[in-house]
Amino acid sequence: METLIGLLVAAPLLGAGVLLTGGKRLDRVGHWIGTLLALLSFVFGAVLFTNMLGKDADARTLNSHLFTWVPVDGFQADVGFQLDQLSMTFVLLITGVGTLIHIYSIGYMAHDERRRRFFGYLNLFLAAMLLLVVADNYFLLYAGWEGVGLASYLLIGFWQHKPSAATAAKKAFIVNRVGDIGLSVAIMLMFTTFGSFAFNQVLPQAQQASTTQHATITGIGFMLLLAACGKSAQVPLQSWLGDAMEGPTPVSALIHAATMVTAGVYLITRSGAIFNAAPDAQTAVVTVGAVTLLFGAIVGCAKDDIKKALAGSTMSQIGYMIMAAGLGPIGYVFAIMHLVTHGFFKAGLFLGAGSVMHGMNDEVDMRRYGGLRKYMPVTFVTFGLGYLAIIGFPGLSGFFSKDKIIEAAFAKGGTEGWILGGAALLGAAITAFYMTRVMLMTFFGEKRWQPDAEGHEPHPHESPSSMTIPMIILAFGSVFAGAFFSINDRFLKWLEPVTGHSEGDSPVSAGTVTGATMVCLVVGVGIAWLIYGRRPVPAVAPRGSLATRAARRDLYQDDFNHVVLVRGGEHLTRSLVYLDHSLVDGVVNGTAASVGGLSGRLRKLQNGYVRSYAVSMLGGTAVLVAATLLMRAV
Amino acid sequence: MSFPLLTVTAAVPAVGAVVTAAVPAAQRTTAKYTALLFSLATLVFAAVALVRFDPDGDRYQLTESHAWIKDFGLRYDLGVDGIAVVMVALTALLIPFVMLAGWHDADPLEDANPNRRWRPTQGFFALILLVEAMVVLSFEATDVFLFYIFFEAMLIPMYFLIGGFGDRAHAGGEEEAARQRSYAAVKFLLYNLAGGLIMLAAVIGLYVVTAHQLGTGTFSLQEILSARASGKLDIETSTERWLFLGFFFAFAVKAPLWPLHTWLPNAMGESTAPVAVLITAVVDKVGTFAMLRFCLQLFPEASKWAAPVILVLALISIIYGALLAVGQRDIKRLIAYASVSHFGFIILGIFAMTSQGQSGATLYMVNHGISTAALMLVAGFLITRRGSRLIADFGGVQKVAPILAGTFLIGGLATLSLPGLAPFVSEFLVLVGTFSRYPVLGIIATLGIVLAALYVLVLYQRTMTGPVKAGIEGMTDLKARELLVVTPLIALLLFLGVYPKPVTDIVNPSVHHTLSDVHKTDPKPALEAKK
Repeated sequence: METLIGLLVAAPLLGAGVLLTGGKRLDRVGHWIGTLLALLSFVFGAVLFTNMLGKDADARTLNSHLFTWVPVDGFQADVGFQLDQLSMTFVLLITGVGTLIHIYSIGYMAHDERRRRFFGYLNLFLAAMLLLVVADNYFLLYAGWEGVGLASYLLIGFWQHKPSAATAAKKAFIVNRVGDIGLSVAIMLMFTTFGSFAFNQVLPQAQQASTTQHATITGIGFMLLLAACGKSAQVPLQSWLGDAMEGPTPVSALIHAATMVTAGVYLITRSGAIFNAAPDAQTAVVTVGAVTLLFGAIVGCAKDDIKKALAGSTMSQIGYMIMAAGLGPIGYVFAIMHLVTHGFFKAGLFLGAGSVMHGMNDEVDMRRYGGLRKYMPVTFVTFGLGYLAIIGFPGLSGFFSKDKIIEAAFAKGGTEGWILGGAALLGAAITAFYMTRVMLMTFFGEKRWQPDAEGHEPHPHESPSSMTIPMIILAFGSVFAGAFFSINDRFLKWLEPVTGHSEGDSPVSAGTVTGATMVCLVVGVGIAWLIYGRRPVPAVAPRGSLATRAARRDLYQDDFNHVVLVRGGEHLTRSLVYLDHSLVDGVVNGTAASVGGLSGRLRKLQNGYVRSYAVSMLGGTAVLVAATLLMRAV
Repeated sequence: MSFPLLTVTAAVPAVGAVVTAAVPAAQRTTAKYTALLFSLATLVFAAVALVRFDPDGDRYQLTESHAWIKDFGLRYDLGVDGIAVVMVALTALLIPFVMLAGWHDADPLEDANPNRRWRPTQGFFALILLVEAMVVLSFEATDVFLFYIFFEAMLIPMYFLIGGFGDRAHAGGEEEAARQRSYAAVKFLLYNLAGGLIMLAAVIGLYVVTAHQLGTGTFSLQEILSARASGKLDIETSTERWLFLGFFFAFAVKAPLWPLHTWLPNAMGESTAPVAVLITAVVDKVGTFAMLRFCLQLFPEASKWAAPVILVLALISIIYGALLAVGQRDIKRLIAYASVSHFGFIILGIFAMTSQGQSGATLYMVNHGISTAALMLVAGFLITRRGSRLIADFGGVQKVAPILAGTFLIGGLATLSLPGLAPFVSEFLVLVGTFSRYPVLGIIATLGIVLAALYVLVLYQRTMTGPVKAGIEGMTDLKARELLVVTPLIALLLFLGVYPKPVTDIVNPSVHHTLSDVHKTDPKPALEAKK
């Protein structure tokens, strides 16, 4: 069984290798190779899952040690895997949604001449993401972590001839690298504290270590949070996610909605033992989560680009998960449960958006959609189910998972609990608003279609079945996953042995929370209907209030980055380039010249008297020999 | 007497240089193949040395020892420890690629006078072999003076390689190119010569001290070390510091360490890409290698005394080099500044004086050699095609030459230390090794990983992505010869990224020796220390 974990990672890795080096002769079958290997990986995952279910809840962890990666005195980095319930959940999500998106891409990328390469990158992503979740130590996790960053870079910039895509890809990688500093430093701190960075060394000792090394453990927590912020697009490192929508839509669905961006949640949940021992770090985590869930939601309200609206939503939903993870044992299980249901409905929503774009000449501006429900019925229904799931319509997936997070936030207790719970409720209302807005602008109202840049009128049509089938399957998940997980607390019982769980101490009853959530939902939907349902949507965006304009510009975070970091950085490097030439070079040359009288010789040499150098070298040697002789004599 | 493997490893390229130079002027191709053959033969001997080296055996192996000039205590002493044998192998490995990549770099220009006596092709390849021989000998020499001779002598062939065979792609035209080239060559020479002269004084000083204390002066590393261990030799603190500084200065110029780095961008920018690789991947490594072998072993106390300052300079190199790389407009200068940053990491790892730091630094030398070779040689193919090395003259290359763009990206990703590729392992080791003793320095150095991403990806974006620029349309993709250069390098980067054990196993025991020379032990993990 253990070998299967390795094969799970190896299958898509092999696919990436073959597809990226295979050359043009694989163009005709490349997408099938990629899809089959993703499917194979899913099958391995399913086998491992069945096997795991057959064991006792406490004996489900599988370990497999492959080889020693970096053997240096005191520093033992291994390539070893650990598959427990938490990893297993991710494995199924990654390979399951991953396979569906491979299938979808066959149709979506059918007309792209570089389709083979696209599938190679998708396979590469799967391999890296699987490595991330099955690694049994932080150092190997780091390799997967950067690997998904690379795949994300390659896929955002897949249409490299578009300067905007190339810029977005670079931005994503660099912002992620800022987060990676956090992971690097966290690993180094673990190394100097525990002498190891293996899960089974660090995590069991975290609690005990916090008595003597409290500051260090808190520091590790903060550094892991920084890493999570980068990968999961949390404030203040969220700015890359909106731009990442430059990538092909299947990429947005798989990487920038369902899987990679949730890696931060995985990291925090996996490192639960560290955070449990570092309350200050936990406070920072919930703060980041709460701020981001509102930030993303607000941004999502103002975007006219359907993918960017969904990106804002992703940020916000991950904010929920991060907040839940920051709550400690009260929230870990629900963070992951929401992560899984979100994986279904957000991937479905993105695929739906892709399907709409596919039928509308790649138009992304929702102000140029309208009335599409009649033309794309399957897309409409599946997207609609995803919509109902995300706003938390009773009985659908999001209802169960989000509600639990809101309850958990209140259960934190004290003022903190009220603030977090309030933020989560407010977020739910805004979610209902912006998602209703997306729904209304896209599928309802009048047609506001415009010809594209080349003058082609849009002829919206339903997408081919390779695209709609994955959408239908994901819609099933969006509808039923939440209920399935919640009946008999199935998901809780499944994950509890790994993450631990506590009920917390809620000042409000679960029923009250559900009631309040419903009120928020109705208010959000109602306001959206008043603005976008009752009246026609203007085809050109109105100027909007100050708040709207701020939200359109991502609350000015990019502008801040541009002025402070980009401009500032440019000035810094430019002045350094100048100084290096005039000052450093000048001073060193000058010193050398004044010390050794070299300037005269320099001029001579530049005139071409190279031989004089050889002569002086000979002379030097002669002097040396003489000196040694003399010394010998003395 | 056993087979003098080390001498032969160095003698093969030296003889090759003579043979290549003697090939008649008209038979350029013969000369090229001759040189390539000799470099491959060197590689075979270096590989044999690598295999014969026993990591768990004596510290110095394959030793050869002959009195040279008895009166002055000069000896012809060769020997390799784990670090040296790996460096010799790296050198021997890279030279054939350098030659293949520069296959046409020294072909005569179309309009050149065919009757000229000067034979640039033969000269080019002979000089490369000559540099190889000198570099190999400096890795092998265990006699300080013998080392000094080769350390200095390699400047001469390098000088001609930079000044005589420079890059013809220059914005200011042929004449300006020649002027810049000669400036770069002279600057290279003078900087390194100045360093060498100061070292010479220190070498003599060392001789005087040993002569004074031991009765007979010696340059032999072994003798000095054993005299020191037995207490017969006890260098006075201030003397040791002066001598250390003399040695270190020369190595810091060669390495190069901020602020002595300014010769490197000129030299790498003006020479052809293969020669630039020769400079940064091969010749400069002698500097960092010599810090490990001579500074730390001969002057352990002074090394510890100077470490704080050196660490700060290394840190400045890391950040400063990376920032300057971001600001460059010339592809080759950008890579040169990236190298300054990377040498900062190597020196940081050496002087942090931990197992991880020094094993990491040694591994870094190897990995940097391979990754820079990959990046720089592909950059060279790119520059030759376009006839310009200004970043602004490129754009959209991936559209017309996807394989070239792909290999360039892999070289770049190696340069920014992506996990899975070799440099990641060594960079992380250096960082963690530094962090465990100097947390603040370690954290600041970590910022280098963001800057590296910035300069690599900005370079890739500007040259490879976007719409196809004028002058790029007809660009051809990599040819068979070029693929032959790049593919093995990339394969090595992948292999050593996933499985660096073969190298670390050889290196670790030597690092252990070096650390015990300076009486340093690794800091214990905080939890263990508490117990």
